[in-house]
Amino acid sequence: MYTLTTKLKVFAIVLIVLGAVFTTIGFLAVPADEAAVEQMLADEAAAHGGGHGESHEMSEDHSGDHSNNMHEAEEAHMETGYVTDNDVAHSENAHTTTPHEAEDHTGSHAEHVYHQLVNRPWAAVYVACFFFFMIGLGALAFYAIQKVSQAGWSPVLFRVMEGISSYILPGGILMFILLLVTGLGLNHIFTWMTPGIDDPTSEAYDHIVAGKTGFLNVPFWLIRAGIFLVGWNLYRWNIRRFGLKQDDKPEGNVWYKKAFKHSAMFLVFFIVTESIMAWDWILSFDPHWFSTLFGWYVFASMIVSAVTTIALVTIFLKGKGYLEFVNDSHIHDLAKFMFGFSIFWTYLWFSQFMLIWYSNIPEEVTYFVTRIEDYNLLFFGMVAINFLFPLLILMNSDFKRVNWFVVTAGIFILIGHYLDIYVMVMPGTVGASWFIGFPEIGAFMFFAGIFLWYVFNTMTKAPLLAKGDPYLGESKHFHY
Amino acid sequence: MATHKIHALYNDDDILLSAVKQIREQHYHIEEVFCPFPVHGLEKAMGLSDTRLAINAFLYGIVGLAVATVMMNYIMIEDWPQNIGGKPSFSYLQNMPAFVPIMFELTVFFAAHLMVITFYLRSRLWPFKKAENPDVRTTDDHFLMELDAHGEDIDSITKFLYDTGAVELVLIDKENH
Repeated sequence: MYTLTTKLKVFAIVLIVLGAVFTTIGFLAVPADEAAVEQMLADEAAAHGGGHGESHEMSEDHSGDHSNNMHEAEEAHMETGYVTDNDVAHSENAHTTTPHEAEDHTGSHAEHVYHQLVNRPWAAVYVACFFFFMIGLGALAFYAIQKVSQAGWSPVLFRVMEGISSYILPGGILMFILLLVTGLGLNHIFTWMTPGIDDPTSEAYDHIVAGKTGFLNVPFWLIRAGIFLVGWNLYRWNIRRFGLKQDDKPEGNVWYKKAFKHSAMFLVFFIVTESIMAWDWILSFDPHWFSTLFGWYVFASMIVSAVTTIALVTIFLKGKGYLEFVNDSHIHDLAKFMFGFSIFWTYLWFSQFMLIWYSNIPEEVTYFVTRIEDYNLLFFGMVAINFLFPLLILMNSDFKRVNWFVVTAGIFILIGHYLDIYVMVMPGTVGASWFIGFPEIGAFMFFAGIFLWYVFNTMTKAPLLAKGDPYLGESKHFHY
Repeated sequence: MATHKIHALYNDDDILLSAVKQIREQHYHIEEVFCPFPVHGLEKAMGLSDTRLAINAFLYGIVGLAVATVMMNYIMIEDWPQNIGGKPSFSYLQNMPAFVPIMFELTVFFAAHLMVITFYLRSRLWPFKKAENPDVRTTDDHFLMELDAHGEDIDSITKFLYDTGAVELVLIDKENH
C-alpha cells in the first residue's frame, strides 16, 4: 500500500495556494475599464516615439476593420498566407476570431484590447483546467485500450493508471463549473456566446455564427458536456470497482470479463464523445473556423500527455520502492508509447497545418495566420518541443530504459502539450495580448496541485498491484 | 597437424540454449550455431555483441533527409524559382511544408534500403551465393552447433556434449573437409 507522504501533501498545498494567489493577482491585474486601456496604449505608442506612434495607431485602426471581414468576400490580408517573419505592422491584422469582434464594427481599438485583457485570466484558468483534465481522460482511454487489447505487459501499472484517471472526477467537476460559469455569461471567452450574435437586428450579429447556433447554443453545449462527463466518470467508477472486486474474487474471471466488455463499450463511446468534446471545448473558440481532424489532433495531445504522466508517476513510485514488479522493460514500453504518440501528434499537427497552408483558402487559413503572426515562437517552438525533442531523445533503445532520460523527455513533452493547448485556446480569446505571466503560471500551479493531491490520494486507497488480474503473472515477468 | 571440428546436433531449442550455456562455462569455443528459426536469447547465451544496424539506419536516414533538402532547395528555390500556384519560392523555409512529404519519404527510403543492403553485405548474402549448410536437417527441425575441438581431448568433449543433450555427434577433420 502506498501512503501519501506529508512532503507531497505540503507540496500540493503550496502549489494550490500559490497558484490561487497568482491567479487572483491575474484577475486583479485586469485594467478597470477601456479608458485605462486607452491610456496604456497611448503610453506604449509614446514609448515608440511620436511620429511612429501616430502611424502605428493608424495601422491599428485599419486592422480593426479587417478583423471583421471574415464574412466579406474580399479578404486582402488573408491572401498573403504564410509569413514567416513577424513584423509589427502585419501582426495587428489577424484578429479574425477575437472576442467581441462583432462589436468592433463600431468599437475602438482600446475596447478590443480591453476585452482581450479581461479574457486573459479566464482563458489561463481554462487552459490549465483542460490540460490536467485531458491527462486524466487520456490515462483512462489508455487504460481501456490496455484492458481491451489484453496487454500482457501493463497489468502491473493498472493501479497507476487508475490513480491518474481518477482525476477526471474532480477535474471534470471543475471543468463543468468553468463551462457553466462561462455559459452563464460571467466571462466572454467564447465569442459565439455573445448576446445578440444570432439576431439580425443586433449590432453583434454574425451570420456565420448564427448559422451554427443549432449546435453552438449554451444549453445544448452544457448538456453535451454533462453527458460526456457523466459517461466517462461512470466508466471510470465501474472499472475501478470491477478491478477491486476481481482482486477479491479472481475465480472464473467474472469481473475481469465484465471490465473487458465495459472497456470495449467505453472506447466506442469515448471516440465519439472525445471528438465532439474537442469541437465544443476547444474548436469553438474559433467559431468561424473548422477542421475535420481536430478531434483526433486533441486526442493525440491527450494520449501522449497521459502516457507521459503514467511514465513519470511510475518512475516516481518505483523510485520510492512501491512498485517492485515494475522493471526497466515496463519503462521502456511506456517510453516507446511516448515516442510513438509524439510522432503521431506531429503527424496530425502537420496534416492539419499543411493541408490548410497548401490550399490557402482565406476562411481556413486565418487560423494559422493568427498563430504564425502573433504566436510565432510559441507556435513553432511547441512543435519543436513536441516532435524534435522526443524524436532525438527517445529513439535510442537504451535511453528508453534510463529513468532520467525518460523523465527529462517527459517534462518537455508535458510543457510542450500545455503550450499546444495554450496555442489552441489563446488566439481565440486574448489574441495578440497574450503573455505567460501570473494568471497562466498560477492557474497551472493551482490545477497541478489539485491533480497531484487527488491522484496520489487515490493511489493510497488500494494496493498498487492488481493481484487478481489474469495477466498479472505475464506482466510481472515482462521482459523486452 | 589435423584440426578437428565437432558437429553436435540438438532437436530442441531449450536443450540447445542450456547446452550453449554449459559449453560456454567450460570455455569450449563455439564456432557457429545453425538453427531452423530464431531462438530467442541465443545471441545473449552465446555472448554475441549487439548489432549496430540501427545506428546505420539512423545515419542513412540523415543522408536521405539531406539529399531531399539539397535537391529541392536547388531545383525549386535556387535553379528556377517559378511561381507555381502562388507558392512562395523565395526561400526554402517559406515553401517547406510542401517539401516535407518528400523529405519524409526520402528519409525512410534511404534508411530502409541502405540498411537492408548493409545487412546483405554484412551477412554475405547475394543471389548465386553457395549455401553454407553443414547438414540439411538444420533448415527443418535440427539445431547444429559447430565446436572447435582443436587441442581438446576428443573423448572427454564428446562425452560432455552428449551429456548436454546432443542427439548426434560428428567429428570432422578440417583438412579432409
